[in-house]
Amino acid sequence: MGEKLLMKGNEAIAEAAIRSGCKLFFGYPITPQTELAEYMAKQMPKRGGLSLQAESEIAAINMVLGAASTGARVITSSSSPGISLKCEGISYIIGSDLPCVIVNVQRGGPGLGGIQPAQSDYNQATKALGHGDGHAIVLAPNSVQEIATLVGEAFDLADIYRMPCMILADGALGQMMEPVDFEAKPAREIPAKDWACCGHGGKRVHNIVNSLYIEPDQLEKIVLERFERYKKLEENEVKYEEYLTEDADIVLVAYGITARIAKTAVRNARKKGIKAGLFRPITLYPFPKKELNALADKTNCFLSVEMNMGQMVNDIKLAINCKKDVYHYGRTGGMIPSPEEILAKIEEISGGNA
Amino acid sequence: MTVFEKPHALTDTPFHYCPGCTHGIIHRLVAEVIDELGVEDTTVGIAPVGCSVFAYNYFNCDMIEAPHGRAPAVATGVKRANPDLTVFTYQGDGDLAAIGTAETVHVGARGENITIIFVNNAIYGMTGGQMAPTTLLGQVSTTSPYGRIKEIQGNPIRVCEMVSTLDGVAYAERVSVDCVPNIRKAKAAIKKGFEMQKNKKGLSIIEVLSTCPTNWGLSPEKSLEWLRENMMAHYPLGVYKDVSKEEAK
Repeated sequence: MGEKLLMKGNEAIAEAAIRSGCKLFFGYPITPQTELAEYMAKQMPKRGGLSLQAESEIAAINMVLGAASTGARVITSSSSPGISLKCEGISYIIGSDLPCVIVNVQRGGPGLGGIQPAQSDYNQATKALGHGDGHAIVLAPNSVQEIATLVGEAFDLADIYRMPCMILADGALGQMMEPVDFEAKPAREIPAKDWACCGHGGKRVHNIVNSLYIEPDQLEKIVLERFERYKKLEENEVKYEEYLTEDADIVLVAYGITARIAKTAVRNARKKGIKAGLFRPITLYPFPKKELNALADKTNCFLSVEMNMGQMVNDIKLAINCKKDVYHYGRTGGMIPSPEEILAKIEEISGGNA
Repeated sequence: MTVFEKPHALTDTPFHYCPGCTHGIIHRLVAEVIDELGVEDTTVGIAPVGCSVFAYNYFNCDMIEAPHGRAPAVATGVKRANPDLTVFTYQGDGDLAAIGTAETVHVGARGENITIIFVNNAIYGMTGGQMAPTTLLGQVSTTSPYGRIKEIQGNPIRVCEMVSTLDGVAYAERVSVDCVPNIRKAKAAIKKGFEMQKNKKGLSIIEVLSTCPTNWGLSPEKSLEWLRENMMAHYPLGVYKDVSKEEAK
């Protein structure tokens, strides 16, 4: 066991990034992620790194593009409206096969929305972080402690698969304080970055970081190669947690902070004799399709609990090929569901048959 | 005895530029400067969207293709990650003075030690001749078919004048490649820009007045005349900022 610290989620993301060898942070202030930028501004100069406040989210993500092109570990963070601005740059980063970590501490939307916690950027994060055929890895921690582990993992995955990795958090996780232990995790083998633009030193032909392929057959080939990598990612890197699913008649599916509330609801349902369980995806992309599909053979139905109007619910239906009923319970606009509300929904679905 | 050869910093890939376009000359000047300073192996070039987007195929140094207008931000990321590199961007007028205006202003405000080669031909070339932020009043383009009208499309932007007000800008010069004496001056300006970067003086920006015979609808020769008569009148050549001179005072 290492030293236990009491920290906000936002600060833990920053600390975990620095401990993962990230020396560069480019950001722009936005609630509710600002503590992350402030922590970086304080810590980076003391620890041999750089924290730079850009003129916009657009500039920040392009600074990330530049720094990642040199092979450096680099991170940026924002919240929902800011992520929309970053999407152009993220698309170029995906198209240029660059590794980096992007944090979204989600708030309510659309538009300026609100500043309270939400999960309404699920579709954007998992399906369309910018234009074109492409993806970023999406990790959803559910505690400050899990942040400490997953941020390091995010950098490793980004480097290994040469793609951006998003930490999809929310305002609650970013703002709440919990004890955290930054015990070093076993290092994964990182491939050499022989593609990096850091001066050829007269030792090789010039490297090119580029997302432009004017010949369609060439572009198709590049995209197909990228999707081969996505396939490997899905085979090897899917992460999830199961709780009381073995004999469950109803399986709640929830991620991030919502999964913790759902867990309480599952316990309370069990006390009332309803066999409820919880499946928590940790990787939202790649989504644990196979695992959910296997569960569908054992359980009667699923309940997707989200802080949005129903986004992940569609991925669950696709994963299980609609062979069981999939319900949704969500609050939106920055409202957080209570365990009581979720339990009421479980009871309504079970209808005494559970 | 070799009397003339291609700069080492240029690859053997043939340029795709239209006949009479001056991008080729400007590419060569940048490459000659890289050769003369001996920095090819520690240089990273950044070319965003525009006619020069394929510059990554033409320069022998490491190259990055950037989103439209964002080259100064990308260059900032490269330089901050690796301050020992020589970093230049090669941007057109639509890129630098329209969609990338914020990036241009703030890279100057921060005084990033990079060099911007700003090619101003008063038109969008790659997309086929639309109005640029630098299109002159009265100039016809496909999106100003009746000539640029001040009351409707606003005024052309003078970039060197604008950025020279920023404290982080070390060197700003407007040059032209319309004739041999001016080509020589342009090369000297580019070299000075790279030297400013080496000496960590701040941002250097070299604005190069350039032609676009295809989209101007003029012959290469007439294009050079048009540049001299019209562009130079609105965009006077000269040094707009030089901190080395100010320091010497």
